[in-house]
Amino acid sequence: MIQAILVFNNHGKPRLVRFYQRFPEEIQQQIVRETFHLVLKRDDNICNFLEGGSLIGGSDYKLIYRHYATLYFVFCVDSSESELGILDLIQVFVETLDKCFENVCELDLIFHMDKVHYILQEVVMGGMVLETNMNEIVAQIEAQNRLEKSEGQVLG
Amino acid sequence: MPAVSKGDGMRGLAVFISDIRNCKSKEAEIKRINKELANIRSKFKGDKALDGYSKKKYVCKLLFIFLLGHDIDFGHMEAVNLLSSNKYTEKQIGYLFISVLVNSNSELIRLINNAIKNDLASRNPTFMCLALHCIANVGSREMGEAFAADIPRILVAGDSMDSVKQSAALCLLRLYKASPDLVPMGEWTARVVHLLNDQHMGVVTAAVSLITCLCKKNPDDFKTCVSLAVSRLSRIVSSASTDLQDYTYYFVPAPWLSVKLLRLLQCYPPPEDAAVKGRLVECLETVLNKAQEPPKSKKVQHSNAKNAILFETISLIIHYDSEPNLLVRACNQLGQFLQHRETNLRYLALESMCTLASSEFSHEAVKTHIETVINALKTERDVSVRQRAVDLLYAMCDRSNAPQIVAEMLSYLETADYSIREEIVLKVAILAEKYAVDYTWYVDTILNLIRIAGDYVSEEVWYRVIQIVINRDDVQGYAAKTVFEALQAPACHENLVKVGGYILGEFGNLIAGDPRSSPLIQFHLLHSKFHLCSVPTRALLLSTYIKFVNLFPEVKPTIQDVLRSDSQLRNADVELQQRAVEYLRLSTVASTDILATVLEEMPPFPERESSILAKLKKKKGPGTVTDLEDTKRDRSVDVNGGPEPAPASTSAVSTPSPSADLLGLGAAPTAPAGPPPSSGGSGLLVDVFSDSASVVAPLAPGSEDNFARFVCKNNGVLFENQLLQIGLKSEFRQNLGRMFIFYGNKTSTQFLNFTPTLICSDDLQPNLNLQTKPVDPTVEGGAQVQQVVNIECVSDFTEAPVLNIQFRYGGTFQNVSVQLPITLNKFFQPTEMASQDFFQRWKQLSNPQQEVQNIFKAKHPMDTEVTKAKIIGFGSALLEEVDPNPANFVGAGIIHTKTTQIGCLLRLEPNLQAQMYRLTLRTSKEAVSQRLCELLSAQF
Repeated sequence: MIQAILVFNNHGKPRLVRFYQRFPEEIQQQIVRETFHLVLKRDDNICNFLEGGSLIGGSDYKLIYRHYATLYFVFCVDSSESELGILDLIQVFVETLDKCFENVCELDLIFHMDKVHYILQEVVMGGMVLETNMNEIVAQIEAQNRLEKSEGQVLG
Repeated sequence: MPAVSKGDGMRGLAVFISDIRNCKSKEAEIKRINKELANIRSKFKGDKALDGYSKKKYVCKLLFIFLLGHDIDFGHMEAVNLLSSNKYTEKQIGYLFISVLVNSNSELIRLINNAIKNDLASRNPTFMCLALHCIANVGSREMGEAFAADIPRILVAGDSMDSVKQSAALCLLRLYKASPDLVPMGEWTARVVHLLNDQHMGVVTAAVSLITCLCKKNPDDFKTCVSLAVSRLSRIVSSASTDLQDYTYYFVPAPWLSVKLLRLLQCYPPPEDAAVKGRLVECLETVLNKAQEPPKSKKVQHSNAKNAILFETISLIIHYDSEPNLLVRACNQLGQFLQHRETNLRYLALESMCTLASSEFSHEAVKTHIETVINALKTERDVSVRQRAVDLLYAMCDRSNAPQIVAEMLSYLETADYSIREEIVLKVAILAEKYAVDYTWYVDTILNLIRIAGDYVSEEVWYRVIQIVINRDDVQGYAAKTVFEALQAPACHENLVKVGGYILGEFGNLIAGDPRSSPLIQFHLLHSKFHLCSVPTRALLLSTYIKFVNLFPEVKPTIQDVLRSDSQLRNADVELQQRAVEYLRLSTVASTDILATVLEEMPPFPERESSILAKLKKKKGPGTVTDLEDTKRDRSVDVNGGPEPAPASTSAVSTPSPSADLLGLGAAPTAPAGPPPSSGGSGLLVDVFSDSASVVAPLAPGSEDNFARFVCKNNGVLFENQLLQIGLKSEFRQNLGRMFIFYGNKTSTQFLNFTPTLICSDDLQPNLNLQTKPVDPTVEGGAQVQQVVNIECVSDFTEAPVLNIQFRYGGTFQNVSVQLPITLNKFFQPTEMASQDFFQRWKQLSNPQQEVQNIFKAKHPMDTEVTKAKIIGFGSALLEEVDPNPANFVGAGIIHTKTTQIGCLLRLEPNLQAQMYRLTLRTSKEAVSQRLCELLSAQF
């Protein structure tokens, strides 16, 4: 199961935080910071897995992460997940974001936080992998968009 | 066209975000946020009803503020209102807010549940999915109770859309994980298994995840899934890379589904049906073969996906552990990966090989890679990978290669990352002990360990080396000689001084014949380190000195001089001072015979599981190990009211020494005889000047703690202040009990008018009968009086009786009240029962009034053995192998009262990650469930 999905930039500013296991708010903040410090000190080109920080359960959990330009995508998972599978899932998530936003960048995550959550929701649900087929995910998002349009947005 | 249109978002939101981004300082940002929070608050509170769009905008702003790390304590109600909107986008943001900012307010939960109920019943698949997502993301017990029964129905309904089925499967999985008892198996399970044949791959993936989780506890309900999983897997593995269209990921057909299917198969033994098994073996071979084919793409995604399947295949082969041919092929494949240029693959290969090393078929094959692994330890840039290499070396170690592996680990230790040093130290210590043929090698290894990484050598490690040296007389002389030599180094680690001090104190005589290590030289060598050491080490060295007095009468005057010096006799540290005084006295007054008896060589330690092994297991996998050392220490804290002294003082010369009293050595400042509550004395000072004679004193501060401590035990000190100590001893049988109360006068002056009174409140009186005789009103200084209380439990009760004591001490009136620990659980009789009986009774008590549950944070370290002891002390039987989850504890017993007997079942589920417990009590009486739950919850 995926315990948490954290996206933050190279300075540790959180851009997407999603916990699937209940932690009090202040612990959530600490986990984000701890995780940032754990991955920050690692060079690129070394392995993408490491043991979880103490707050999120230590050696029973793994942090699986990818670093894209200015953003780190970190999934914290337990031993029931395949490491490489999760690594690919991060790629699917990012490729999907890229398709939905056309050349996604950090700013898109900031200004369309809600949309990013909706896309993530199509990929992961309650900590479990829901869908891995990119076309299917994009189709869902497009359907949502059509609904949104049909409901007639008022600009404000 | 992008799926997300960037232009038409919410402008107010974008402006706010830009403002935040333009803030030059943290202060400015906080100011801007507070302004916005105030604005939103006033909008929410204002008279004007907000339209859905505004609500959506503000809720979105709150989410953003939350992401920045600020607490959000309002807005939940507005979000809940959005749930009932007919507009999809408003509903959607409402659900998002609730899933991200979970709130446990029960009124809110009721409203949320209502909205979810409506959406589930709406037959609009989009709304249904939103509702299912919300349940899965929150996953709380309340939601489970409300919906667990509906989800299976939605999941297997013929007319559910694929996306709904997919969401329903995962939703059910989540609820099952959170509260398995809420998801009873039923006829739907068979239909879930058939989802493995579903057309839609997304549905199959979700179903496999669900079955993998459910079948762990209900293997028989799902065993038909094996053949279906095998045929599905076989179809995927043998398909051409384009057959599965959208589910082909970088030329690999359905990698996630394959991985999940292989995981599912690892829940079961190899298929018995020869045809199924043949088909599966064929699949596994195909995967292994494909690994040798040239890649279809150079992209890393392609190789990742392919290898994800390969690693899972290897895991399955290792799990079956029955096909030597496949095991060796798996091992060879991993061997290739050990030298792969991709770090991830090297990491995973090391990890998988660890499990492979424990199989008898492949252990030898794994061993052939030793050089590569050692090389990895030396050259890998990544600490995660080096850590795996250490693990693998540890796993592949046996008698044949132990010297090599231990030597490599020791040399790696010199440069190892700080984060993994302690673990390596433990591993080296364990391997050295386990594979020692020659104990001199063992001693050398441990001393090296202390030399190289003394700071990381935990107590357990040096305790253990002493245990082993004491238990093996063939190595004692060598050990003495070696530590003596090691201590010659000008700077040695304190742990070495401890080991050296202890070993020379016991076996220094074995090398004293050599003039280079004469008694005096040994003593001077140790004493030269004395002043650089911490207090516990110095205390240990003082014990060594007194042992020297016994071993070598010729150094007695020298040692007496040292003990007599002001820096010892008047040391500011009580422990050191006490040892110096006692040892000096012992060396002066005791005859040689007595000295020899008191300071006799340590008897061998009983053989038991190595404490370091326990420690390592604890580091690696919490919850699975019983740590003997820790339990022991916990208890001794209870008894001595202080940290356990170094092992030296467990010898006959220990400090609060009964033996010293026997020798009539006079009044040494002895440690308090009874257990003063470890919370410290100051909290217990009752107001001694209080003069309100007739009023019953309020409960003594701290007595609550003491009271709680008696819930699981019957004897000990209930209360203590500067004047008075109250001890208890009690026994209970069925609905009767007897309690001995001991009142000790700690002063040298009489207590007059000493009147203890037992007070039962009006509620308690009819349920609990207490009978006692008055005690003598005068308690002499230093004396102890005893009072017997006969107890009868008439009916179940909640409160505890209060013991009030009034007396005069030196002209002042004293008044003390404490709760007397007579609690309902004392009338427990344990009941043993088999798993089946237990669950049958559990089900019979499923009425909501009969169950009380409490979820709480652990207040003490979560130690399995301690927990077991507490449950037994609580009075119920501890039922082993009843709960399918071995980490859980279940108990059963009967509460005996005069009027009735009440059967009680309990279940305690620890969650180590969250450091929480869930305790469930089921009895036939609500008040009893409630009270027992309260009492037991306070124990963890």
